This record gives sequence, structure tokens and C-alpha cells, in this order.
Amino acid sequence: MGKDIREDIAWAQINKDVLKSLESPRKLYWVIIFVALLVFSVGVGCEIYQYNTGMGVANMDNPHVWGLYIASFIFWIGMSHSGTLLSAILHLMHADWRKPIYRFAEAMTTFSLLTAGLFVAVHLGRLWQVYYALPYPSERWIWPNFQSPLLWDAMAIFTYLSSSILFLYIGSIPDLAICRDNIHQGWRKKLYTLLALGWEGTDRQWRNFRVTYLTIACFLIPLAVSVHSIVASDFAMSQQPGWHVTSFPPYFVAGALYSGCAAIITLFIILRYVFRFEEYMTLPILKKTVRLTFAIAMVWTYLNCIEFASVWYSHDQVAKDVLIQKATGTYAPFWWAMIFCGSVVPFAMMVKKWQTNIPVMFAVSLLLNLGMWLERWMIVAPTFSHGYYPWTWDHDQWPSLIQWGIVFGSFGWFTLLFMVFCKIVPSVSMYEVKEMVYHRSQARKKEERAVQEELAVKGAH
Amino acid sequence: MSVSNLLENWSKFRHTHPVDDKGIPDWEAYPSDIKWAMSIDLDACTGCNACSVACYAENNLPVVGKDKYSHGQAMHWMRVERYWDEGDNGFQAEQGARFLPMMCQQCEAAPCETVCPVGATNHTEDGLNSQIYNRCIGSRYCSANCPYKVRYFNWYNYPEQENAWPAPLNQQLNPDLTVRTKGVMEKCTFCKQRTYTARNNAKTEGRPVQDSDVQTACQEACPAGAITFGNLHNPESQVAKQWQSQQVDLIKDIQEKDEKEGNRLRGYRVLEELRPYPSVMYLERVRESAV
Repeated sequence: MGKDIREDIAWAQINKDVLKSLESPRKLYWVIIFVALLVFSVGVGCEIYQYNTGMGVANMDNPHVWGLYIASFIFWIGMSHSGTLLSAILHLMHADWRKPIYRFAEAMTTFSLLTAGLFVAVHLGRLWQVYYALPYPSERWIWPNFQSPLLWDAMAIFTYLSSSILFLYIGSIPDLAICRDNIHQGWRKKLYTLLALGWEGTDRQWRNFRVTYLTIACFLIPLAVSVHSIVASDFAMSQQPGWHVTSFPPYFVAGALYSGCAAIITLFIILRYVFRFEEYMTLPILKKTVRLTFAIAMVWTYLNCIEFASVWYSHDQVAKDVLIQKATGTYAPFWWAMIFCGSVVPFAMMVKKWQTNIPVMFAVSLLLNLGMWLERWMIVAPTFSHGYYPWTWDHDQWPSLIQWGIVFGSFGWFTLLFMVFCKIVPSVSMYEVKEMVYHRSQARKKEERAVQEELAVKGAH
Repeated sequence: MSVSNLLENWSKFRHTHPVDDKGIPDWEAYPSDIKWAMSIDLDACTGCNACSVACYAENNLPVVGKDKYSHGQAMHWMRVERYWDEGDNGFQAEQGARFLPMMCQQCEAAPCETVCPVGATNHTEDGLNSQIYNRCIGSRYCSANCPYKVRYFNWYNYPEQENAWPAPLNQQLNPDLTVRTKGVMEKCTFCKQRTYTARNNAKTEGRPVQDSDVQTACQEACPAGAITFGNLHNPESQVAKQWQSQQVDLIKDIQEKDEKEGNRLRGYRVLEELRPYPSVMYLERVRESAV
């Protein structure tokens, strides 16, 4: 296993290393940006066509009125959860290994929420009337329908998005001040000056900063749990077979943390290489993340089994039929691929040697996310193909290239936002790494002193 | 101010659906003279599709063409479903299909109504499940939650599409209602334009609505007279008499039929056990042979 962060690394060195990532990443960075742009433009093209022609070009029909858009929407919402896990929950638990990686995880939260928001827009038949879903005071006294889970959804996501942007921003203020002090010209200087809000690092500022950060962290945790529970309500509150499952909210939250952690591993490996963060994003940190992911994978597998069992042993014949249809019908290859990627592949993370093997973990994390994307698709689609009403059974519907194109494009959009962010805002939290190094070296010194004292006592005898 | 309006009317808003906390429709809380309902005799139905055609003509339904039809994007508010009996050697084609005309069941506790994020689908006081095209944003949640899948989405902009109403059909578009633009949901309205006229006329004349005042397009077109439509609250109406004679009660999810008579009775409602309290009663087919 590789070395952990050096405890004797100088604070100035940390500043220098991280600030370098804002200026000269490897060439691969530009390749990624270029590819992401291409991928995103595919999605934009498809959406323009769909917007002008109508939703029919996505090859949706009756009964398949929802498709990949909703599945990808849940996927992206889910991915956002681990940023909060790392930055807020582990912050409260004083897990210091999170410090070098939480910043980019939090950025991932924000940008995957923005990507999920795109899918709401892409999915709507009349996007131009989307403001009807907002509870604005209208002179006609018309309100949105507060009974609808979709409305709860919109509100929960909006709250989550605004809080996590705030959390991301507040957490980076001390670092933005470092950028301001070290970069001496150009638009960046102006930007950092504006964003740093006159941060000077006085005692009073630090104290207020701590309190604020902790408050938002505490606020964000119940929010993260509630957001995906509410997304699950879109399905659990409906009447359809395969959807009205009581265990859906915790199942969705577990799935969300799972795919989020897998995505953190992917991005960890990419950032580590692209921005030359080998010193900070060390292998012991990767190992801890991998073990966390494995634990969540097992929770997810367990909840999955609960779902199957409760459907299988219930007397709801239609729900049971849908489950059988998933495992044996047209969707069977994808359904079994989901089981394989979600419940079998994670066992690769048990092998100690592989936990710190970068190529293996990269592949595993991609497979996990593939599995989690399939999971969302397998929640949405089979219920439409085999619902209550036999006359509407339609097992052969396949999303059109337009639909696939937009889903494909969303990955470009996410990558673009994320990569641009990492070039502008330090993706490793400088001040927290300093804290971590400081605390660790203090602990080490204390240990050494204790050993010496013990030796001294022994020597005296 | 609209916020105070919202708060003042909150209890009413919650109860727009006539199923209250008791779990069954509460007629006393929402008195209404009219409850439109239907009954369809499957024994009389020959599957001729005249009802479907009449519906296309009456309600300005676009003709989507063969391609889109085979993609499942047809707009038939009234569809005639075929079911084939399965025998030892697969389907028994020579016996003929069984037919079932299916349209929006105008549920009293409609699954579609609660889930719409903008409240574009609501319950009317005459017991219909209405759809407000102008309000619809096309989230399609209503259709996702409909157990019968009788809601139809405008996947394309049909009014501007060539051959949605091939000439001379474009000359006979019904001026009593709109054509729908792309991105909105639509469904059977029990010919709202006709029931409204009937109600207004009756009101002008100062008398209750009678059976002779209104017929739906499908009912009018049915050569076998399989469809009966009317006001369920009026004990004199034909539909009320049929429901009563079949011992089908709107507010029950399991019909308790007479022990002696029950076996003779043919009335049932589709997917009643899901408790949407549909307003359409079907009379089971008893004949075995082909038409």
C-alpha cells in the first residue's frame, strides 16, 4: 500500500501544490473537457429536436409514458448523496480522512443535482409551462397540487440544491482567500476577491465560520435523507405494481449513497491523476472510501432482498407478476446485470490487494455505477410494460436514439461542470488538510513523548 | 390575497375528491344532483368499433397514422379491446374474440387526480374526472398512475401535423371543443360538451336533467345499443335502474350480491378491488359462440 499524507509536509507546500492544480493540470484535462463538450452537444442536439417535434421522438408511448429520463433523474439525484455523506456526516463524526476529498465530493453533489434538474426539464411535455409547478401567488388563485409527490420532489430538490451550494461555498471561503492572496493578476484575482468576502483568518472569523459550517452540516443531513425518500415517494405513493413498496424510501437512500460512493471513487482516481494530487489523495484514503462503499453495497443488497421477499410472499399477484417479468422477460438481461453489478461486483472490494489497486478500483467503480443506473431503469420501465391491465402489456418498447442521446449528453454536462469547477476552485481543501496534518503530527508527538516517558520510567528502575 | 384563499379553502381543497377519511365516497358532504355514469353490455357488443369512430369525430381526435399507431401512440379515447380465448391448441380463432370497449372510467377516487403536480386533473361536481389542457405541463404522472391506462398524451403537435384530419375530415372538426397541442394529456370526458349543454338547457327550463336530454357520441353510434349513459343520482334513469338491478353500488369496492339471485347477475366494474370507484359498469358476456 502507498504512503499516507506526509505529516511533516509544510503548510506553504500544501498551498503551492493545490494552487498548481488551478493552473497547470495534465494534458488529459483538456482532452476530458473536449470530450465532455462533444458528448454534451450530442445531448443538446437531441433535446432541441425533441423540444421542437414533441415527446414522441423519444419513442415513448401508452403505456410507456416514462422512460430513461426519469430513470436517469433518479440516478443523478442519487449520486448527489455521497457528497453530503462525506462532507457533513463524516464531518460530525470527526473522520479526518475525509478532509482531502470532501471538497470535490461536495462539488459532485451540486453538479449532479444540476444534472438531475435537466432531466425534469427534458421529461416535461410542455417545458415552457414549467413554472406552473411553482407555488407562486397568482392573480387567478391557482396553486400547484400539494398532494402530488412530484411537487414534494421539486421542493425537496430545490431546498437540497440551494443548501448544498451554500455549504460548498461556505466551506471554500478560507481557500478562496488563499487563492486571492496568491494569485496576483487577471480576472481570477477579481473573482477570488469577490468570493472570499474579505476573509482574513482572524479568530473571530474562524469562530463564526466553524459555527456556520456546523449548522449547515446539521441542516443538510436530514435533508439528504428526506430528498431521496421523497423521490422514492414518487413511486411508493403510486398505485402501480412494483412501485408501491413500503421499503422504497430507505432502499432509495441506500442506493443513492451507494452510487454516490462509487462515483467518488471514479472521480478520486481521475482527479488524482489529472491534477497531480498523489500526495493528498493517497491510497489509504482510497482504501477507506472503498471499505465504506462495500458496507453500503451490502446494505443495498440487503434492502433489495427485502423488496423481493416482500413482493414474493405478499398476496399481490400483479406485483409478483411484475417481479417474475423482470427476472425472465425482455428486461431480464438488464435486471440480472443490475444484480451482478450491484451485489456481486462489490465483493471485489473485499480483496485487500485490490482495495488500493487503481485500475481495478476504477473498473469496479464504473461497474457499480452501471449497476445503479440499471437499477433505476429496472424500477421505472418494467412496471409500465406489465401493469394491472393486460390489454396494455407491452414488453417490446425500446427507447429511441434521441432518448439515449440525451442520457448520454447528461454525462458530458456533468463532467464539463465538474471539471471547470475543479480548475477554478481548489478541489482539495487546503485549510482542512493543514488541520489534518497538524492534528496527526500532534498525535504522533504525544505518542512519542509517551513512549519516551515510559522508557525513562523503565530506565529509572 | 391568494395565500389566504389557499388557507381558507384548504379543507375544501383536501376534500375535492369525494373520498374522505372514512375511505369511501361521502355523498352527504358533497351533495350534487348529478353523477354521470355508464353501463356497457358486453353481450350486446359486437366489436364493430362504431363507438371509437364516433368518438374520433365528436372529440376532434387526431388520426395518427399507421406508423405511430403501431408505436402505441394512438389517441383513441374509446378503444375496443379484443381478447381471444385460449384453448388446448393456442388461441381459438374460430370462436371469435371477446370485446371490451374501454375508456376513462371517471373514477370517484381517481388515482390520476392526486398525483398531478399542477392540479390539471380534477373532480367535477357532476362526478367526472376533468382534464384542464391549459394547465397541463405534461409530466405524465397521471397516466403512470392510471390502472386502466386510458389517458392519451399528445406526443406530437397534431393540429399542425399533415393528415391528422385528412380532407374532408378537417371540415367536420367539432367547434364545441378545442384541438389539443403537443405535450398535454387528454382522455375521455363523457362528452362534456354534450352534458354541459343538456344541463344548461334543463336549468333554463327549470327541471332536472333527464335521460332524453343527452347521449354520448359512443352511445349514439352503438348499433347494438350496448351503451347506456345517464345520471346515476336520478332513480328514474336507465343507468341507475341497471346498476340497481345488477346490485352494483358505486361506493363499494366489493359488491355483495344476493345469494339467490347473485349468480344470475352480470354487472361488474373493472379493477374494482383497487378502490378507484369507477363510474362504468360492465355486463359480463354470457354467449359462447362467435358473433
